[in-house]
Amino acid sequence: MLSIRNLHAGIEEKKILKGINLDIKPGEVHAIMGPNGSGKSTLASVLAGRADYEVLDGSVDFDGKDLLELSPEARAGEGLFLAFQYPVEIPGLSTTNFIKTAVNEVRKYRGQESLDAVAFLRLMKEKMAMMEIDQSLLSRPLNEGFSGGEKKRNEIFQMAMLEPKLAILDETDSGLDIDAIRIVANGVNKLRSKDNAVLLVTHYQRLLDYIVPDFVHVLYNGRIVKSGTKELALELEERGYDFIKSVVDAVEEA
Amino acid sequence: MTIELFKEYFEQLQQADHKSSLGTVRQNAFNAFSKMGIPGLKHEEWKYTRISGVFNKEFKVPFVADVSITKAEVDAVRLPGHEEANELVFVNGIFSFELSKIFSKDLTVLPLEEAAANEYKEIVSTHLGHSARYQKDGINALNTAFVHGGVFIHVSKGKIVEHPVYIYNITDARFAPILSQPRSLIYVGVNAQMKLVETFSTMGEQESFTNQVLEMVVEKDAHAEYYKIQNDAGHSQVSTTHIRQIGKSYTHTVTISLDGSIVRNNLNVILDADHCESHLYGLYLMKGDTHVDNHTVVDNVQPNCFSNELYKGIMDGNATGVFNGKIFVEPDAQKTNAYQSNKNILLSDSASINAKPQLEIFADDVKCSHGCTVGSLDEEAMFYLRSRGISEKTARSLMLHAFADNVLEHINLPVIRDYVDELISERLGYEMV
Repeated sequence: MLSIRNLHAGIEEKKILKGINLDIKPGEVHAIMGPNGSGKSTLASVLAGRADYEVLDGSVDFDGKDLLELSPEARAGEGLFLAFQYPVEIPGLSTTNFIKTAVNEVRKYRGQESLDAVAFLRLMKEKMAMMEIDQSLLSRPLNEGFSGGEKKRNEIFQMAMLEPKLAILDETDSGLDIDAIRIVANGVNKLRSKDNAVLLVTHYQRLLDYIVPDFVHVLYNGRIVKSGTKELALELEERGYDFIKSVVDAVEEA
Repeated sequence: MTIELFKEYFEQLQQADHKSSLGTVRQNAFNAFSKMGIPGLKHEEWKYTRISGVFNKEFKVPFVADVSITKAEVDAVRLPGHEEANELVFVNGIFSFELSKIFSKDLTVLPLEEAAANEYKEIVSTHLGHSARYQKDGINALNTAFVHGGVFIHVSKGKIVEHPVYIYNITDARFAPILSQPRSLIYVGVNAQMKLVETFSTMGEQESFTNQVLEMVVEKDAHAEYYKIQNDAGHSQVSTTHIRQIGKSYTHTVTISLDGSIVRNNLNVILDADHCESHLYGLYLMKGDTHVDNHTVVDNVQPNCFSNELYKGIMDGNATGVFNGKIFVEPDAQKTNAYQSNKNILLSDSASINAKPQLEIFADDVKCSHGCTVGSLDEEAMFYLRSRGISEKTARSLMLHAFADNVLEHINLPVIRDYVDELISERLGYEMV
């Protein structure tokens, strides 16, 4: 589904990603872990098409499409979804109106008919129940005055509404208490199927207790330096990132 | 248009209307106008708004009621909800009873001349022309010099005018370039309430210039709301709204400027009693070669008053704008709370805005704040919307609409709010899905 080859990217002259290779197949959950500044969020941003970043080399294939050539909205149309680390507050824009616009624009992209008010409401009710999200949240302006947990739940709710093939969760767990993590993880798990995939970007292992990954990759200094199964995450938790750093730095110096 | 030509028109008016109770008022104003002339760029308050150019050509200055406008033609400019509203129609600056509809029993509408001679004489002589203390320029004097066919609106003590009052200013420029000068004096009595909505439109291909003065007096415990919608493409206007709160009262104004060649608003709110409250909102959305200028004054004369001002602007194309917000706190006005904010989005490199907050504080125990921003659309927010599959164009419209929303939400008449909302959505190329 997603195939990243030798991806190099940076921001304002600064190289951050220095040759990423990653393959994700339908049905899989991948976790990308790594210390601060390793390039985790950059990878998520580059995949979603954030303009600040410049791709310097490499390619990304998403279901046969050259992802890097697509606008952010076309990527969403193709089925890519990024749950933001810092969802943006937009006063004056109602959450419901925003989601309705997004759903229908994505449907238009996919050649589906747009949902009328009744059908949209039905879909929304269904997903609200699934995501344990309250109507009152959705009548408010987009993310305005939402708590950290509410913002992240709203992200997962949007994901449920847009039904992406690949969901990238950028540090969705950071700053959340354990109850909020559980709700968010439950939401993600309910959306998992054999046809879609999830890429979790996280600093901590805790989220992986709730969303169990098939593969864990360690990102350090712009490269994936180690890949493994969920046990790798436990090892990282136990030994800390310094253990990876010392191994990698020793290899590079040699 | 030379002073001599204005004088010719003025003398015709004085002669034709020599019995008027307002003859002396006009004469004094004309003398003042003769001295000051049309304000040029050297006038401090007109530094960025050049109206003298408009007067390079000759306008007709009508002072006889024009009967050539039909009800059907008025229909074209009626606002939604007009079935449930009082409607006052000015044609070329002259109030027309025939075309107006006044059905609220607690609403008194009279020709200004008549009010100046009857039981309301005292009110008229006290308050008519009060704006001249704040608008010390020829353009204000020009309106007063030709005050004729104006209107006096009165709401008695304790009365609530349930149905809003819509004022349509129509200029008939089908046959000649017209200078329209509507004049109103509004008196909202003790514990009375009313809502006003005003629009401007020009018929025909010739040029028009509207130089309007509306003065409003608000008594103790009264509540007045005033909504101004300017959307008269290709035509220029100076619109002066002078609100004087002479008792503890509440006023609320929203000024929406969507189109026009040169649009200049003077909004003065004089808080001349203890514990007055006033809200001033404005939204301007200009494009092409238009110019919009909002000059506001909040004058805190007495202590304990509260004012809140929020003006927002979206400027596109070659549009130029001015925001000048003055807050005066006079020596006696202790415990004043006055807030002001002006936010602008520039959508093109050739659009511009000159923003100038001006606070003059002569009391020591006050809370005043002002803020001003000029920027472009928030890139991160744009990316957020686009990452959800929303096209760049739609995302832009959504963002701009959201930006405008917290001014629009202060239009307390739902039909008018929806109407303005629709105009703005249309302008922003935004369709509700």
